[in-house]
Amino acid sequence: MTTFLLSRILQAAAVVLVMSVLVFLGVYAIGNPIDVLIDPAATQAMRAALIKQYGLDLPLWQQYWRFLTNLLRGDFGTSFVFRLPVLPLILSRLPATLELTVLAMTIATVIGVPLGIWAGYRPNSASSKAIMAGSTLGFSVPTFWVGLLLILAFAVELRWLPSGGRGAVGEVAGVRLSLFTADGWRHLALPALNLSLFKLGLLIRLVRAGTEEVMGQEHVRFARAQGLPERQVVGLHVLKNIGIPIITVFGLEFGSTLAFAVVTETVFNWPGMGKLIIESITSLDRPVMVAYLILVVLLFVAINLVVELTYGVLDPRVRARAA
Amino acid sequence: MRSFWREYRRSAVAVAALLAIVVIVAMALAAPLFVPQDPYDQAGLDLGDARLPPGEVGSGGYVHWLGTDNAGRDLVSAILYGLRLSLFIAVGAGAVAMVLGTAVGLFAAYSGGRVEALIMRVIDLQLSLPAILLALVLVAMLGQGVPQLMAALVAAQYAYFARTAFGAAKAERQRDYIEAALSTPMGGGQVLWRHLLPNTLPPLIVVATVQVATAISLEATLSFLGLGLPITRPSLGLLIANGFQFLLSGRYWISVYPGVALMLTVLAINLVGDQLRQVLSPKRR
Repeated sequence: MTTFLLSRILQAAAVVLVMSVLVFLGVYAIGNPIDVLIDPAATQAMRAALIKQYGLDLPLWQQYWRFLTNLLRGDFGTSFVFRLPVLPLILSRLPATLELTVLAMTIATVIGVPLGIWAGYRPNSASSKAIMAGSTLGFSVPTFWVGLLLILAFAVELRWLPSGGRGAVGEVAGVRLSLFTADGWRHLALPALNLSLFKLGLLIRLVRAGTEEVMGQEHVRFARAQGLPERQVVGLHVLKNIGIPIITVFGLEFGSTLAFAVVTETVFNWPGMGKLIIESITSLDRPVMVAYLILVVLLFVAINLVVELTYGVLDPRVRARAA
Repeated sequence: MRSFWREYRRSAVAVAALLAIVVIVAMALAAPLFVPQDPYDQAGLDLGDARLPPGEVGSGGYVHWLGTDNAGRDLVSAILYGLRLSLFIAVGAGAVAMVLGTAVGLFAAYSGGRVEALIMRVIDLQLSLPAILLALVLVAMLGQGVPQLMAALVAAQYAYFARTAFGAAKAERQRDYIEAALSTPMGGGQVLWRHLLPNTLPPLIVVATVQVATAISLEATLSFLGLGLPITRPSLGLLIANGFQFLLSGRYWISVYPGVALMLTVLAINLVGDQLRQVLSPKRR
């Protein structure tokens, strides 16, 4: 087990290092930051001073080395646009993105799991067919366009909910979230619903496929033959058997929902990390871009590592193959 | 082929979706022949016609059935041209991704050993990253424009083909007839081409269908975020993005109609993909 653990952690570290080089090189290939950052009317002396200050005159590998050593110290540089240290800047946007993502995942689960079980339990009923059609619609329609429709319906026509922004934030134990205020919930409702729809469609399919498979298995037929009430058959056997794969996929999907929040945040003008990264790409704010990408890579590598280690614990064959 | 069609025909929805795709593609391809305006010709646009509601007659003397956008483009013309562009990008990128991904997957399955382990490790890593993020990063790196966008889509999508081709070829590789073919003087390349490739095609066709739909969505999303195509040649995503700012003032048509076109296209392709998966899955044969 220790060898397995070590080899996986080393692999993950190697991936992060390679990605940091790729991200750095890639981002440095975009345009010429000097033209963007420095006022064209600035004097030669001012330009030279600024280039020196940002280290833009050094050879590329030296800039990377500087970047890497700073990274290890937790120093991601200073935003060209906000004039703030990058790490605190990104982290200050994290609560907004997290509450949006968590709420969206919750909506998807609370609605998606029961619907998926029903669709797998009665695959030929009209209601199941309607559910499946809805799920296909859910991941066929691009997220940003659904967002526009939601704004059009609930903000422009009905005037029930605000069209964007974060609204009032409450503070509990030092954490500032919209979840603590009524106005915050009003602002959260549409973006969270928007972000949840794609995952909802996916989850319904996943749960249905799992349910259909379990329903056909011996032990479920046996439980029925025993005269166990249907509620118990579904509640006990089906839920138990589809639980583990669903939790696994959910772990992986959490990361991708965070990434998808980029779109929803832009549509609803939600001040989270996603909106920050889009703004930093369009304004060539390189330190913010690089730091965001590195953080995302770290997050995904961490999620994958946890999932693989869990498999390793659950299934000895995985360990044997890796060693 | 006939039995394939008999199977496919069982779902009326899937047949309707296929028909819809044929109509959409035909209209998009034939657009320059019948639309009233070339939306990419800046000189031909009249700002006086900007934001006309659907059904109104503009300075050109014809009816704008779906209204006009904020640059005075007739939306019927702009949507069909945008569709052309979106389809061209998605199908083009999908085809390249399919060839590249299949080659990588087959090569890994055929080589086995360390080469296989290394290639599939990279592929799996890439698959764990969301395509939107990958495309976003690549577009940010490469800059804007059609070739850059297509390159980003190919890079974000080839891994799906590689995984599928690898899985199918790996299963086939174990069969006795492949061993037999390898022991003849046929040569590895020929075995790959004549035996492994044809057997991986059905699942690849399903993936290709779904990936084209995904590519259309991705392209639209990137353009909406302002990272896709230049504003003078609007794709569907850009048309929607341009209309977004007028949505709150009640000029819904600039965003909504291009969006409807986008949704119908993606939905039809996904429905066809679903049915293909049913028909082509080996379980059912």
